[in-house]
Amino acid sequence: MADELLLEMKNIVKNFPGFKALKGVQLEIRKGEVHALMGENGAGKSTLIKIMTGVYRHDEGTIVLDGEDVTFKAPVESQRKGISTIYQEVSLIPYLSVTENILIGREPKTRLGTINWKKAHEKARAILLGMGIDIDVRQPVNVYSTAIHQMVSIARAVSMQSKLVVMDEPTSSLDDHEVEVLFRVIRKLKADGVSILFVSHRLDEIYTVCDRITVLRDGEYVGTWPIQELSQTRLIAHMIGKSESEAARLVRMKETEDKTNEKVIVKLAGIRQGNRVTDVSFELHRGEVLGLAGLLGSGRTETAKVVAGVMPADGGTIHYDGLPVRFRSPRQAIRAGIAMCTENRKTEGIIPNMSIRENITLANLRQFSRFGFVSRRKQNQVVSDFIERMGIKTPNADQKIKNLSGGNQQKVLLSRWLALQPNVLILDEPTRGIDVGAKAEIHAIIQELARSGISILLISSEFDELIHNSDRIVVLRDGRVIGELKGGDRTQDNIMKLIAEHSSHKEWGGEKANGGHESEAAGHEPV
Amino acid sequence: MADMNLKLQGMNPSDQRTLAAGVLARRFALPMVIIALVILNAAVTNNFLSTNTMWNILLHVSTTTLVAIGMTLVIATGGIDLSVGAVMALSAVFCTFLLDYPVVVILAGTMLFCALFGLLNGVVISYIGVQPIIATLALMIAGRGIAQVITDGFLVTFTHPAFEALGKGKVWSIPVPVIVMFIVAVLVYIVVRYMTYGRYVEAVGDNEQAANLAGINVRKIKLSVYVLSAVFASLAGMIETARLSAADATRIGELIEMDAIATVVVGGTLMSGGRPHIWGTVLGAILMGLITATFNMNNIPYSYSLVIKAFIIVAAIYFQRENR
Repeated sequence: MADELLLEMKNIVKNFPGFKALKGVQLEIRKGEVHALMGENGAGKSTLIKIMTGVYRHDEGTIVLDGEDVTFKAPVESQRKGISTIYQEVSLIPYLSVTENILIGREPKTRLGTINWKKAHEKARAILLGMGIDIDVRQPVNVYSTAIHQMVSIARAVSMQSKLVVMDEPTSSLDDHEVEVLFRVIRKLKADGVSILFVSHRLDEIYTVCDRITVLRDGEYVGTWPIQELSQTRLIAHMIGKSESEAARLVRMKETEDKTNEKVIVKLAGIRQGNRVTDVSFELHRGEVLGLAGLLGSGRTETAKVVAGVMPADGGTIHYDGLPVRFRSPRQAIRAGIAMCTENRKTEGIIPNMSIRENITLANLRQFSRFGFVSRRKQNQVVSDFIERMGIKTPNADQKIKNLSGGNQQKVLLSRWLALQPNVLILDEPTRGIDVGAKAEIHAIIQELARSGISILLISSEFDELIHNSDRIVVLRDGRVIGELKGGDRTQDNIMKLIAEHSSHKEWGGEKANGGHESEAAGHEPV
Repeated sequence: MADMNLKLQGMNPSDQRTLAAGVLARRFALPMVIIALVILNAAVTNNFLSTNTMWNILLHVSTTTLVAIGMTLVIATGGIDLSVGAVMALSAVFCTFLLDYPVVVILAGTMLFCALFGLLNGVVISYIGVQPIIATLALMIAGRGIAQVITDGFLVTFTHPAFEALGKGKVWSIPVPVIVMFIVAVLVYIVVRYMTYGRYVEAVGDNEQAANLAGINVRKIKLSVYVLSAVFASLAGMIETARLSAADATRIGELIEMDAIATVVVGGTLMSGGRPHIWGTVLGAILMGLITATFNMNNIPYSYSLVIKAFIIVAAIYFQRENR
């Protein structure tokens, strides 16, 4: 069955008003394989997936599923044919129980037509156990972690007897441990003959679970390769359409610099906030890139938000440029020269229907105006400058920001904060959901900014990203600083070791103090 | 409407045409419908093509337009203001207390008084965090109640030629309320289009959280739109009072909030917040007035015009839905 085709999409063309999203793309998925769909943002991955799942309709081309010619007019139709999708942002109903979320619309009934709860719970439990997850299915899903949410979505897909599960960036909100659990489930599905289409920007993940890779670029089909025959640099080269040596240059590692002799710009001492941050102290020096490492829920984001005035601190002190400060709003922090680029681009970053120009100049509109009247000319000078410097791909500055790809949106947001000429820039997951090309560009920008004397606080779930970009890494766990890594000590193993050493209670069943994130996590309790 | 500026280069010609046509259709749908209605009336309705008829139609919609302009700003921030009719009643009653003073004092004093009620709305909504529909509903009920208590339910009549001119006067045959309406529309348009305030309103309505994180004083912006809404409602209240030479706390501005909301929607401002379309609102009001006039002047029962209006509201919403 290995080479038998499950899904075959040929010469798919999709036109949107104004541009051609797909220009004759093909995709072949075999039964029981994990297939990676790669490409930069804007390459056409999402469009292809949306055609496959019936959200969009293609203009030309054929789709053959299991030997049958199909065209889906609505997502329901593709679901009935055995294609289910798991989106980046999980689409569960938070206050319903795990069982209800898994079996919604297909609950087992009693003879009277009411829901047979006993049977329903048993069924849901059995499905999850089959994936190696043991949780109380009667609880509402929102009591569980994001990883469990992801698993519940997958369980729903599995219980629908799916033949193909589409996973669009399923790992973007998971930490390394949770990713392991997801991979175990993927391998189990694969063993059961289910095909998986996997989309991720994290190359290491692609190389861990996938069998074959299809690459798209600018709406065109580049090729399909078995994973063993495609090195990471060649993959990147294919994705960005450049030579292999250029791709290698893009992903090169940063030389660390010790900036601890420089002036202290921000100093936190004993910061407390809510129940996420219990005791955080560190110093950020001038021109330094300080990485904040930790698992999801370790208090990284909350700490950053305290510094940026988004959340008030419950206790502890912050010194900024030698003076004690207490920001009560982002406005105050911004005026003082601290800017924060938050992790949720969509909900906390972009003003979707406003133009690139307005998005870039929003935070310091006063500088571009006199007596309240905005000077379009002054805006344009700065905006066109940033579009060029950041390499924002857009026909012009009047484009609505929501029409840009994730990477370009992020560059617009970075421009917004840089236009403020801040002293401190906080970057929370600056490259989440961004393709390799844009990611490398953003990394280069970070280095350039640090060289110009801006102090940067960098938060990332990807330890690799932290190691590549920061001069020093502070590791958090349960809202406390548990260690600091400098120079050659900044390795993934050391970070994991620190986190594992400080693990006071079993959160991840089978594994404990040995820091073995590669070991198979057996039990899985709610966090 | 920034879509108009989309650079069309790099696309094939047929795509350019469909795109441009779509943008044009959406941008000019309202004026075209209005022109079509005028042409239809010119052919069908007696005496339609006289300057008097035109000014009369505008006169009829002038107060609704004033209220709707304020409502446009409120809706642009993602809120809603149900209290405008009640504020008009308060304005009507309050201005009769100031009749012994010069007209300027009557106008300024009444607007200031009503601004306080807008402030109340704004504080309750943006500082206490009550949902706009609830907060303004409370004032909608209470405000009219207060106005009725003050007048004891009676019509307060008066004679004050200078003040009455606000509702009845004409300058070169243009009714004063129409002049006021256009002045306000132009001023608000300039503020929205060319000043920082307009951007802040749009940003707050489009993504409040992001606006806050970008350092915008979201609370102040939200507070301000309710104050402005109340001020414009107050102006509308005084115009109607001046026109009647009487303050009618019970009937003035009745259900005007619904007309204003419908006008805003037809004008193209999204209920979910975002860019305020001031001219869209003005044109929307004119369209509604034209429809009423068409039916009245042809002796068709008023109820039929309601059905047509409803149809236009639905059509407007249909055209505004996001393209997929």
